[in-house]
Amino acid sequence: MTLSVDDVKRVANLARIEISEEESQQVLIQLSGIFSLIEQMQAVDTSHIEPMSHAQDMIQRLREDVVTESDQHILFQSIAPQVEASLYLVPKVIE
Amino acid sequence: MQWEIVIGLEIHAQLSTRSKIFSGASTAYGAQPNTQACGIDIALPGVLPVLNYSAVERAIKFGLAVGATINSPSIFARKNYFYPDLPKGYQISQFELPVVQGGHINIQVEDIEKTIRLTRAHLEEDAGKSLHEDFHGMSGIDLNRAGTPLLEIVSEPDMRSSAEAAAYAKALHTLVRWIGICDGNMQEGSFRCDANVSVRPHGTEKLGTRCEIKNLNSFRFLEKAIDFEARRQIEILEDGGNIRQETRLYDANRDETRTMRSKEEAHDYRYFPDPDLLPLNISKEWIEQVKAMLPELPEARHNRYIEDFGLSGYDANVLTATREIADYFENTVKQLPAQAKLCANWIMGEVSGRLNKENIEITHCPVSPAQLAELLARISDGTISGKSAKDVFDSMWQGEHGSSADAIIAAKGLKQISDDNEIEKLIDEVLAANPQQVADYRSGKEKAFNSLVGQVMKVTKGKANPAQVNTILKKKLLE
Repeated sequence: MTLSVDDVKRVANLARIEISEEESQQVLIQLSGIFSLIEQMQAVDTSHIEPMSHAQDMIQRLREDVVTESDQHILFQSIAPQVEASLYLVPKVIE
Repeated sequence: MQWEIVIGLEIHAQLSTRSKIFSGASTAYGAQPNTQACGIDIALPGVLPVLNYSAVERAIKFGLAVGATINSPSIFARKNYFYPDLPKGYQISQFELPVVQGGHINIQVEDIEKTIRLTRAHLEEDAGKSLHEDFHGMSGIDLNRAGTPLLEIVSEPDMRSSAEAAAYAKALHTLVRWIGICDGNMQEGSFRCDANVSVRPHGTEKLGTRCEIKNLNSFRFLEKAIDFEARRQIEILEDGGNIRQETRLYDANRDETRTMRSKEEAHDYRYFPDPDLLPLNISKEWIEQVKAMLPELPEARHNRYIEDFGLSGYDANVLTATREIADYFENTVKQLPAQAKLCANWIMGEVSGRLNKENIEITHCPVSPAQLAELLARISDGTISGKSAKDVFDSMWQGEHGSSADAIIAAKGLKQISDDNEIEKLIDEVLAANPQQVADYRSGKEKAFNSLVGQVMKVTKGKANPAQVNTILKKKLLE
């Protein structure tokens, strides 16, 4: 798989990372290196291997359905830039 | 050209757990903003999600109720997107190996039964809520809803009309409440529908380009939005145009759908397994345990009502609309097994009407099933007429005489006169007092008969058994 500078810019945009033209060229080389490593790994026949979804071979523990958290919004909101009517205020975004 | 509409639905059912899916914060509706959003819900650095047992159990319950496969292991994935009401920058959802895979729901539209296949149902967390009212040009964020457990139920594109889509959504709505996994409150957003709609020439196989319609918060809007969207797509295609794949928003006030985002702007969610959560193991024992908890399902009860009680499909539908109505019906019929149809009619008529009028849930009905059965027993044994039964019911509703039908009938003197001799005596009096009508009837004027029946009923204040009055009166007039 070959990656273009446009792909790099698109991914950067999706990840909300600002990168310069020069940086994109560098990142392109680095990412292309990663992709060739992935290609190398994909060449291995894994058809008889069960896919692994987690690095640790353990199973998820579950919690009982009880309310254990109390209201701490005053503490949490003490570090928020702007608050009103116990809401966090953010620049207006309408999708 | 004849067009065929193809619809698939995605339904988000909020699971009725006490605490959130990955944290111990409360899920109660209507709290002051951000008072039920803990460190995990607002994504403070270093916090870790811990899965709620009851959320998983509800998903298993649903899977078993629709005859699906329960995946084990099942895994959680991160769905990445940026929005201010999603503090982590990703939603924990499921991508590969959802808890529920496959399954089906049977629906009925105009007496035609149809099976709708489910693709999957997966667990995920809800996002917070953005309030765009004016906060000095800013948006307010309430994270109380963030982390609320949702089951997203995805159907195959098996529906062919808005009526089928609504029937499917209603069947699911009944089912999730029936098995007690979701309260189904659509106003509070506990049950939300998105519809994928496309059209294709009748008789062809290839699916057309689809549009996803969001924001359908009632069954009526679901139907109207699909109808509008299908018309819109057909018009474009008939004019030689192409459908753009996009997400559209339904505007109920204008009854139309409009573009929300096109495919070019569509999210690239970059799903990957969430390293914070280990694979979920659902043992056979757990599945068996949940299976044992499942109540008799609406479809099974529906069929039983038709087979065992001889009710019509329509009656069986109404009586299985909720588990509470079905239980009320069964508790009534239990006392009066031979009169299922009478019980059904009264529950669908008088009882439901009164509950609707006074906006009371059937679980709080002032007349209990046993009390209703006592009243209906008096109708079926001829003690009272159907008409006076309504008066008795009214008194029972008010709680008079301890809501006992027999006590009310006695106190109000509503007992029907069913004694032949007594009725004969009364008829003789009426005949003697109305010689003209008697002569009219005998000379062939049928109408005079009704007038005489009316006179008898008047004398008895409606308490005479009408069937008996008719027979005896006819006999007397022929003498």
